[in-house]
Amino acid sequence: MTLTIDGVYKQFGKFPALTSVSLEARDGEFLSLLGPSGSGKTTLLRVLAGLDKPDHGCVYLDGVDFLALSARERRVGLVFQQYALFRHMTVAKNIAFGLEVRPRRSRPSAAAIKQRVEELLALTQIEGLGGRYPAQLSGGQRQRVAVARALAVEPQLLLLDEPFGALDAKVRKELRDELRLIHDATGVTTILVTHDQEEAMALADRVVLMNQGRIEQIGTPAELDTAPATPFVFTFLGEVNRLPCEVHAAVARFEGFATPVITPADPVDGRGEALFRPDDTRLDAGPHAEGLPVRILEIRGRGSVRQIECQALSGHRLTAEVAEAPAAQFEVGQRVRLTARRVVLSAPGGAKPTPTPVAAPPLAQIAS
Amino acid sequence: MIPRELQTRAINGPVPAILLALTLAWLALIIGAPLATVLVEAFSKGLDTFLATFGEPDALAAIRLTLLVAAIAVPLNCAFGLAAAWSIAKFEFQGKALLLTLIDLPLSMSPVVSGLVWVLLFGARGWFGHDLDILGIKVIFAVPGIVLGTIIVTVPLIARELIPLMAEQGADEELAATTLGAGGWTAFRRVTLPNIRWALLHGVLLCNARAMGEFGAVSVLSGHIRGLTNTLPLHVEALYNDYDFVGAFSAATLLAGLAIVTLVVKTVLEQLIRAGATAKPS
Repeated sequence: MTLTIDGVYKQFGKFPALTSVSLEARDGEFLSLLGPSGSGKTTLLRVLAGLDKPDHGCVYLDGVDFLALSARERRVGLVFQQYALFRHMTVAKNIAFGLEVRPRRSRPSAAAIKQRVEELLALTQIEGLGGRYPAQLSGGQRQRVAVARALAVEPQLLLLDEPFGALDAKVRKELRDELRLIHDATGVTTILVTHDQEEAMALADRVVLMNQGRIEQIGTPAELDTAPATPFVFTFLGEVNRLPCEVHAAVARFEGFATPVITPADPVDGRGEALFRPDDTRLDAGPHAEGLPVRILEIRGRGSVRQIECQALSGHRLTAEVAEAPAAQFEVGQRVRLTARRVVLSAPGGAKPTPTPVAAPPLAQIAS
Repeated sequence: MIPRELQTRAINGPVPAILLALTLAWLALIIGAPLATVLVEAFSKGLDTFLATFGEPDALAAIRLTLLVAAIAVPLNCAFGLAAAWSIAKFEFQGKALLLTLIDLPLSMSPVVSGLVWVLLFGARGWFGHDLDILGIKVIFAVPGIVLGTIIVTVPLIARELIPLMAEQGADEELAATTLGAGGWTAFRRVTLPNIRWALLHGVLLCNARAMGEFGAVSVLSGHIRGLTNTLPLHVEALYNDYDFVGAFSAATLLAGLAIVTLVVKTVLEQLIRAGATAKPS
């Protein structure tokens, strides 16, 4: 089922929750709506489920006007963060509900319903729990029931609203991997709402990154990683260092080094603020090394990666992520040179220059 | 959840024993003694006299009227209570607090006032009295008035049982039912109603007990016409005023019996509600 969302606008009071949102989900695609709270992702999901009506815009599913259908006619599977299982029904009854409430002529036989329930119990790996009540299940098991219940009606769309939000980290990861397997097995077009960028990036074919009711970028996880459309995308998807720079011909110049600007594509020359990731940041202790002179303040972390916290003479604090072995050569208090591999300008084209001037400290002072 | 046994601390020493003895003595004096008096007086002239009370046409009429009033008032309040609790618990709207206060109002108002307001509205000199007179409809000192008085007094009982429970349960289950293809009625019947069934029954029971036992509001509205507008509580008073103590107390045993049955069923229901609130194979 191909889902087309075109110019959907929704306002709550004076607050625009969605401003002209357009996107397309291909048949069988797994899309993730990612964004901070208040970005409009849940509102968009509710519009798709038929629980909210947009003020303007259209939604089509395989060419059918979806907004003309009521929530109960849409055949959309909706999974809630708080499960919303029917507490007085057994797991089997919960899963069978969507089939049992069908009008008599389209309702499957009791035997067919029973068989479908068994299939879904197996698919969501909760065989043998059909006779239990929701209160007798763990959080992870409840969410499996919720997914099975949503899939029972063979939905045209599967919508999940922060489905792992109430689960602990271990169960969350396990269930997340399984959700992807279930999606691949059923082939149902799936839309997952989450504020967890790691979850979105790990699960989805494409991620729709939203902010303040707008779509910042739609792309595969790799595209979002390597070619962030806006500084917001870049900062939302990971940790960043911030450092003032001079931009000239799409190259950001810092004290001691220069590096290409990846976003925006065609930056305006002038003063700006560069953003770059700790794992794109290199430290060099060699005597002839180039780069921004910094002093190491702290070395943190365990396992294979160390976070090295540095301070430049201008006072800016920067973090470098270094593998365990090379990190061993550094120590707190040491003076080293810092370079960055690729940067994003925080305000496009350097329109919002940071007030801090890039002071050029005498190199001799650092070296001593 | 903390097990029940751990919530009450065991206190040593004489204080709990003294408090318990005081409580029991107080209950015996305030509830046990009057109840015993009712029974003793009712049977003081033997079983035949006791039974004869219920053979009288006036007594039968009072019982019939009491049942009729309850049969009208309880379903109406049930419908209202469900509608009010549903809208308050599952929807956001302006003036919710005001609505809650209004529902509670009859609890804090003297039943006599609850009766008088209808007299002011529909009595011979009331706002609509003249119009009703022309139409030939009699409300005050007739059955409709008694029903109205009973309804106003019992209006909060079912709604108050349901509102906290439904608010706690939220609207997610109904939303889930809707997206699974259930219509409004199906969602109500198969999802909402089973979730609130014991609380609803509990409310109906309290409402019924109050409707059958109401004296103040009904007294203002009934006109005390024997065999026509006397409910059971009014009949008890009328017999007592006639110095027919055996008759009065015999009729009173019916009301006392109703109270005891209500109490037992209420206790059972409360245990079911508690079971439903925690874990719950039913």
